[in-house]
Amino acid sequence: MAKHLSTEQSTLTNNSQPIIQAYDLTREVDTGETMLTILQDINLQVRAGESIAVVGASGSGKSTLLGLLAGLDVPTHGTVYLDGEDIFKLDEDERAELRGRLLGFMFQSFQLLPSLTALENVMLPLELSGASNAREAAQVWLTRVGLENRVKHYPKQLSGGEQQRVAIARAFVTQPKMLFADEPTGNLDAATGAQIIELMFEINREQGTTLILVTHDEHLSARCSRIIKLVAGRAVD
Amino acid sequence: MNMIRLSARMLLRDWRAGELHILTLALVIAVSGVATVGFFSDRVQKALVRESNQLLGGDLLVTSDSPLLPAYAERARKLELETTSLTRFPSMVSFEDNNLLTGIKAVAPGYPLRGVLKLADPPTDDTAIRPVRMAHGIPRPGTVWIDEKVMTGLKVTVGDKIEVGALEMMVTALVASEPDHSVGFVSMNPRLLMNEEDLAATLLIQPGSRVSYQLLVAGDEHRVAKFRRWIDDRLAPNERVEGIQDARPEIRSALDRASKFLSLAALASVVVAAAAVALATRRFIQRHLDGCAVMRCLGATESDLMRLYLYYFVMLGTAASLLGCVFAGLAQEVLSHWLAELIGIQLPLPTALPAMQGMLTGLVLLLGFSLPPLLNLRQVPALRVIRRDLELTNVHSLAGYGFGLAMLSTLFIWKAGSLMLGIMIMLGFLLAIVLFGLFGLLLIRLFLLARPQGSSPWSYGLANIRRRAIPSLVQATALGLGLMALLTLTLTRNDLLQDWQSRLPEEAPNRFLVNIQPDQQAALMTFFDEHAIVRPEIFPMVRARLMKINDQAVSLDDYPDPRAKQMVNREFNLSWTDTLQQDNEIVAGHWWKADVISSEPELSMEVEFAKTLGLKLGDRLTFYTGGGDFSATITSLRTVDWDTFHVNFFAVVRPGVLDNYPASYVTSFYLPSERARILQDLVRAFPNILIIDVATVIERVQSMIEQVTRAIEFVFLFTLLAGFAVMYAAIASTQDERIYEAAIFRTLGARKQQLARAWAVEFAILGALAGIFAAAGASVLGYLIGKYALHITYTPNIWIGLVGILVGVVGVTVVGLLGTRATLSEPPLLTLKKIA
Repeated sequence: MAKHLSTEQSTLTNNSQPIIQAYDLTREVDTGETMLTILQDINLQVRAGESIAVVGASGSGKSTLLGLLAGLDVPTHGTVYLDGEDIFKLDEDERAELRGRLLGFMFQSFQLLPSLTALENVMLPLELSGASNAREAAQVWLTRVGLENRVKHYPKQLSGGEQQRVAIARAFVTQPKMLFADEPTGNLDAATGAQIIELMFEINREQGTTLILVTHDEHLSARCSRIIKLVAGRAVD
Repeated sequence: MNMIRLSARMLLRDWRAGELHILTLALVIAVSGVATVGFFSDRVQKALVRESNQLLGGDLLVTSDSPLLPAYAERARKLELETTSLTRFPSMVSFEDNNLLTGIKAVAPGYPLRGVLKLADPPTDDTAIRPVRMAHGIPRPGTVWIDEKVMTGLKVTVGDKIEVGALEMMVTALVASEPDHSVGFVSMNPRLLMNEEDLAATLLIQPGSRVSYQLLVAGDEHRVAKFRRWIDDRLAPNERVEGIQDARPEIRSALDRASKFLSLAALASVVVAAAAVALATRRFIQRHLDGCAVMRCLGATESDLMRLYLYYFVMLGTAASLLGCVFAGLAQEVLSHWLAELIGIQLPLPTALPAMQGMLTGLVLLLGFSLPPLLNLRQVPALRVIRRDLELTNVHSLAGYGFGLAMLSTLFIWKAGSLMLGIMIMLGFLLAIVLFGLFGLLLIRLFLLARPQGSSPWSYGLANIRRRAIPSLVQATALGLGLMALLTLTLTRNDLLQDWQSRLPEEAPNRFLVNIQPDQQAALMTFFDEHAIVRPEIFPMVRARLMKINDQAVSLDDYPDPRAKQMVNREFNLSWTDTLQQDNEIVAGHWWKADVISSEPELSMEVEFAKTLGLKLGDRLTFYTGGGDFSATITSLRTVDWDTFHVNFFAVVRPGVLDNYPASYVTSFYLPSERARILQDLVRAFPNILIIDVATVIERVQSMIEQVTRAIEFVFLFTLLAGFAVMYAAIASTQDERIYEAAIFRTLGARKQQLARAWAVEFAILGALAGIFAAAGASVLGYLIGKYALHITYTPNIWIGLVGILVGVVGVTVVGLLGTRATLSEPPLLTLKKIA
């Protein structure tokens, strides 16, 4: 609990500072014949604790924007600051290290490692950062998402909703400052999706995490504090 | 961070999840194959050496013309070696009015240490074949065992009492064969065996008697070697020591070839296994791409991933190799049990070396063939977590496999024990990979041109090959390599082995006649004619001792090698001839021409002999013969094919050079054992001629070839098993894509049979490609190995091509369809869910 308090305190103190800043973010792809612009001149400021929904039609550049903001991809030009750090001045390994430290992820296809149990999947990010209390922390988080009886199950033995719960536990186990979620309900039925969203927002609030959410779902986007709509790679108001 | 612990945990998790089964299987088969072959050939080779030691009656034989120092035997016993002593001498033996000069051998308990003494019943009129039984022990005091020549010569039989010196002794058995009968051309016929205890009472051994005192030693090979080193330093000039390697070039040559065959077989399974490991790795990488991307996303650096997989694979390799060694230990034990019975020899215990070789092989295979492509995993784009279509760029990096090949080459050179053989096999496989790759690419391009229309299985099958062009190529090449190893082995086993066997014809000369006087030649030929024996070639021979090399007196101290020492020490048989014998081949210098007379006598040397003595072209050798000194210059070096059992000489000169020196003649011919009685007539007609019976040696070599053939057939089974592992791994390497594809096709309404047919076409094409690669590669490789490594001419035959393609098509199709059967039966939704 003390940890929660300190996290909330730090979010409060940083409240006026944007935790994510993107300037002129552009991504072009060489198709061989022409240059295709997927994302053009995106500027964005996100304050700590804010929740942002990125919406738009298929192919509008939502996932590309998410990938760039999280440092999974490199822009053609433009800059991104995460927690004050210019991430494209870092090399790939330094960005990986920064992701491990600051970011949590959720994906449409869950992206759990099939050979690891639920518990081991949640332990993984902590193990990668060399944390000593991986097992205990993972156990706590699985309990938090309501899977205390499923810790030893493999992903294929879990339902879609359960898998996404494991993903939530994995995303939050490192107590990230930012959570990047790519269509987290895209593979789930409406009822399960709603439960997952409820859980995600609840924990997000508790932890004071900044949320960047890519989604098609209007109900979902309506729950966010701000919506960014993309049309053909450009942000429209 | 503790990466080792994380690696270990991931390894355990992956193992539990069944992710590593194929890779481990390939590895375990490889290691257990190599180690079993290693263990087994180690044991067989040791057994073969020991078997051939039967020709000596022990592992080492120390001989002297005066009683041997008791210290020798004591030392041997201290080294926990078995010993026994023999005394040999010629003497007259009598029965009633008949006298016969007989080779007498007085033996002590324990004789023979190696091999068996066989006894037979006295012949009756009607039977040519008599039961032969093993002798237990040696003749009891007061009794003798005689051979058939004594029996006919003296007209005695079992139960008669014959006079041996001052003693009258009873004949209690007839000797059918002695293990140490014909080594080193010293045996004399006829022969009599008695107990050493009776020796003194015969009063036959007097000062000045021609007696050989011998000590036989046998036991653990390292201790024997130790004893040999010890005694080599202490031997008096009239003493000598021999092991089987010193005794007969024929046996040496047979042993050398046997070990080459066996290591060749072992190497083939290594290559096959390498292909299996490379293929299994491909699947491993495919299945770990997502995991690596997720880990990158969760903060793992490149070096984290690299260390993670390095530890992971070192642990996997060690565990799988250990497992393989354990299997090998069991397999070779089981195998030795039934094989020892089959080949009728006791197999000595194996050494630990093959296990080490197995471990090393496992690690080399895994680290060499899977680590380089695996290390590319660390470069997986993290973005793959959102965009699944992002693939790893260079999974099949040539540099990666190059590293594996380099590691494998080193292993080959080590295991083959021959730089030449190792490098050749490696270059062969390397070249094969390049050619297979290019040729395969070309064929796939051709498939691209030929697009059959419609929806026949052919068009789907071809489309599959096109779509999976690079994986298909890798599959076909790996399968081709595996098949090539199998075919090469089949070639060596059948053609090369047959070639070897046929070089030791049924009717190889088995009797040598020595000491034929110049004036007896004509009469001897008449004798052959009268007995319907084809006149053999007859060779002159002058006995000589090497005195000087390039006018420097020869000293025994110049030759640290005991073999060389012995060669220098004994008398040479010099011969002369105009024409080079058929089984000889000049490898340096020139054979003399009849019309070109040189000022200095010319000499042609056998090349191995020259090597041992450090002689080279142009060296001037001076010999002492009964007729005075004689010098000649080495003008050629030649190889001799000792396997033919023809009369051959280490040193040959031009005719005329030795005219003034006392010569005798020597010849060899084939006499079937049922006609052995002719020899009695021969002895009567030419009492001075010495008959040497090499039938035993020939039989031994023949039975060794047979044993080796069987051993190779067994080893072949392992390579076959490895071959199946390759096929399985090859099929499995595209299994995931296939499962996915099947689900989609079936969702779209394709029937099971339609899919199965399309895949059958794909497998058949892959198999045919692999078969073509394999047949071409194996023919070339077989030719090269035959020519350069085994010195046998191998003619590639058309059947190899047909068999290769047939095995490829049928094997790959059957294994492929069996491997994908489960995929076809699964409900598509289940599959699609799994994939998601």
